[in-house]
Amino acid sequence: MRLEFAADGSVRVHTGKVELGQGIRTALAQIAADELGLAPEQVRVLAADTATSPDEGITSGSLSVQDGGSALRRACAEARPRPAGAPRQTGRSWPRNDLAAKFAGDAVFIHDLVLDGLLHGRVLRPPQSDGRLVEADLGAARTLPGVQRVLRDGALLGVIATSSRAADRAVERLAPSLRWGDGTPWVDDAAAVAAAGPGVVVDERGSRAADGLVRTLSARYRKPWIAHASIAPSCALARWQGGQLEVWSHSQGIFHLRRDLALAFGIDAAAVRVRHVDGAGCYGHNGADDVAFDAAWLAREVPGQPVRVLWSRADEMSRTPLGPAMTVRLEADLAGDGTVRHWRHDVWSPGHSRRPGRSATPALLGSWQTAQPQPAPASINMPIASGGGAERNAIPGYALPAWRIVRHDVTAPQPRSSALRALGAVANVFAAESFVDEIVQATGDEPLAWRRRHLAHDLRALAVLERAAAQAGWAQRVKVDGVGQGLAFARYKHSGAWCAVVAEVEAAAQLRVRRLTIAVDVGLVVNPDGVIAQIEGGAIQATSWALKEAVTFDAHGVTSADWDAYPILRFSEVPAVDVWLLPSDQPSLGAGEASLGPTVAAIANALFDALGVRVRDLPLTPDRIVAAMDAAGA
Amino acid sequence: MPRIELTVNGRACLFEADDDKTPLLDLLREDLRLTGTRYGCGDGACGACAVLVDGVAQSSCNLPLWAAAGKDVTTVEGLDPRLHEAFVAEQAAQCAYCSSGMLVAAAGLLRRTPRPTAGDVVAALDEHLCRCGAHPRIVRAVLRAAGVAAA
Repeated sequence: MRLEFAADGSVRVHTGKVELGQGIRTALAQIAADELGLAPEQVRVLAADTATSPDEGITSGSLSVQDGGSALRRACAEARPRPAGAPRQTGRSWPRNDLAAKFAGDAVFIHDLVLDGLLHGRVLRPPQSDGRLVEADLGAARTLPGVQRVLRDGALLGVIATSSRAADRAVERLAPSLRWGDGTPWVDDAAAVAAAGPGVVVDERGSRAADGLVRTLSARYRKPWIAHASIAPSCALARWQGGQLEVWSHSQGIFHLRRDLALAFGIDAAAVRVRHVDGAGCYGHNGADDVAFDAAWLAREVPGQPVRVLWSRADEMSRTPLGPAMTVRLEADLAGDGTVRHWRHDVWSPGHSRRPGRSATPALLGSWQTAQPQPAPASINMPIASGGGAERNAIPGYALPAWRIVRHDVTAPQPRSSALRALGAVANVFAAESFVDEIVQATGDEPLAWRRRHLAHDLRALAVLERAAAQAGWAQRVKVDGVGQGLAFARYKHSGAWCAVVAEVEAAAQLRVRRLTIAVDVGLVVNPDGVIAQIEGGAIQATSWALKEAVTFDAHGVTSADWDAYPILRFSEVPAVDVWLLPSDQPSLGAGEASLGPTVAAIANALFDALGVRVRDLPLTPDRIVAAMDAAGA
Repeated sequence: MPRIELTVNGRACLFEADDDKTPLLDLLREDLRLTGTRYGCGDGACGACAVLVDGVAQSSCNLPLWAAAGKDVTTVEGLDPRLHEAFVAEQAAQCAYCSSGMLVAAAGLLRRTPRPTAGDVVAALDEHLCRCGAHPRIVRAVLRAAGVAAA
């Protein structure tokens, strides 16, 4: 963080953290105002720019308030002492400093950015990263009014035109002549998992004992591929001038993007400037970096002129990185008294990070598709000390005597996998919290009581659990046919926020989530309404994942390319959501990802409570529920 | 060249289209520089591009100009400021990309149902997608704008 003070006492905050729709610019402004004793209108948080902002890595991992906020407090403390008696700004629900302009329709999104002499680009590419362009007739599109260039480079086709409409017409004209060729055929999840190796032990405590065991419970859970499905397609602008590249992007990591663009075009990073401009909701590594490459690639054809590239909705659904499918097998050895003696959690998953900035070659889709393609870096899981990927939240938060956590890397050819909100935590928490309830059911225990006993060492966990249960009336619930309540808890990444969720569902023709009661501990709350918005928004998104979402693909590419094929939760399906913030003076923790895993699990547990059947494969569609009931002979 | 006349936010517009199949959305954003109406899918499936056409909320991304000829179009920029204020007061967005469409749909609803129930609001917005999960806030904002207490 860097501070710039003006003569009138106001301050500009230079941060590398970017607005994803989560309100971080407001939260940081509040922190600065708090430390410096300033009023809201005296603090401005500037959009990140590689030319002027510090490199704060990626805005991700729910770390902006935690790490960025701490850095900001230190910077403020170093600049000047906190004025005695200045009113506290944290703990207040400052309104977001960007919403009024966005509601007014002001030109503040990257999609609205217009530069002098702006040209409009479109990039066409094969369905698979390593696909080919077999045939294309460029001539017919070249003659259309407004079309300046139609070019081909390996598997990439590009159009540059003087208007967006002209670019779209060129694409329409090209479409009938295009023939794409397959890359390496993709395999389905069952085959991909079967091909994964024996795995690596991620964590271990104690060992399996053979004596005194009565039985072993085992269950397998699955989560499908999930799309970011942002309401806006990805967009970027780029301009080359005298060997310097300028890019405007909604990337989560502008310095990483800068580095990889430099790699892609064989220039110095110092010759690249990336400015962040707000996009639509960003939930992880989406298409923002890829479209930045596309814009730079086209702009290189017309030096001195800026080119804007907007992805189509189909590309946004099918060419962006996706949250990968995960399979989790849980096993528990139980003693005669029903206690768990050994807990085994095996997770099969592709990597959860294929972000720019980490490899010797660029992690930019187009750079793998030109006539001189660069090798595509693999998708990896970051070390567990940094939060992990596939193994995130696989280590139990419960006090269990012994466990073994194994990660099996899925590397078979499949869609491109990278970071999506909460990474592996959603599948792992869904599986583990469902499994806890299965143990509870098998041993005649009670979901809240079991969790209480196993969280006695973690007072903050107990507190959120008790609060959610109390607010949801857990102890007083009465069994009603077709209606159920389910409970789930997790501490995100074991280092982040604590969150407990009670879901109330009704299961008639289909599963409907009526209410989510959520208790969360994020440490010292900077902006209460901001935290609630993130927790509630995350829970609603997780409800959508749990009930409706699964990317479809075949050997040749992703097939769910529009909103019909990939439906998300509608207003009529959104539950009532109550969020309870536990007060705390402990260090602030991020709220953006804490509610997703527990929400999915609570819904699955509530379904069991409602109908007496356990569905272990997401999404919890009517077909799967019926199949589970049939299997149970209900 | 076909000449298309329509009214946008109360002002008469004359557009000479070399292609009268151009979607209304393109005219609004590029020719009139009204950036509030947003591109989401091009298919009429997400609601981000909604405008009022003769008072009724409609997608503009798949509305060809010829079909908008002679119509009275209102974009988010032309809505009653009290509707915007209600959204601000309820902080009814996360990324706010879907908000223009929500505001327009709300305006269309309030014209025909000045005192809606929460159920009316949900029905009016059900074709509008929000990915960030701001739905409860959006419903409260519309009820607030209508002067109706949220249940």
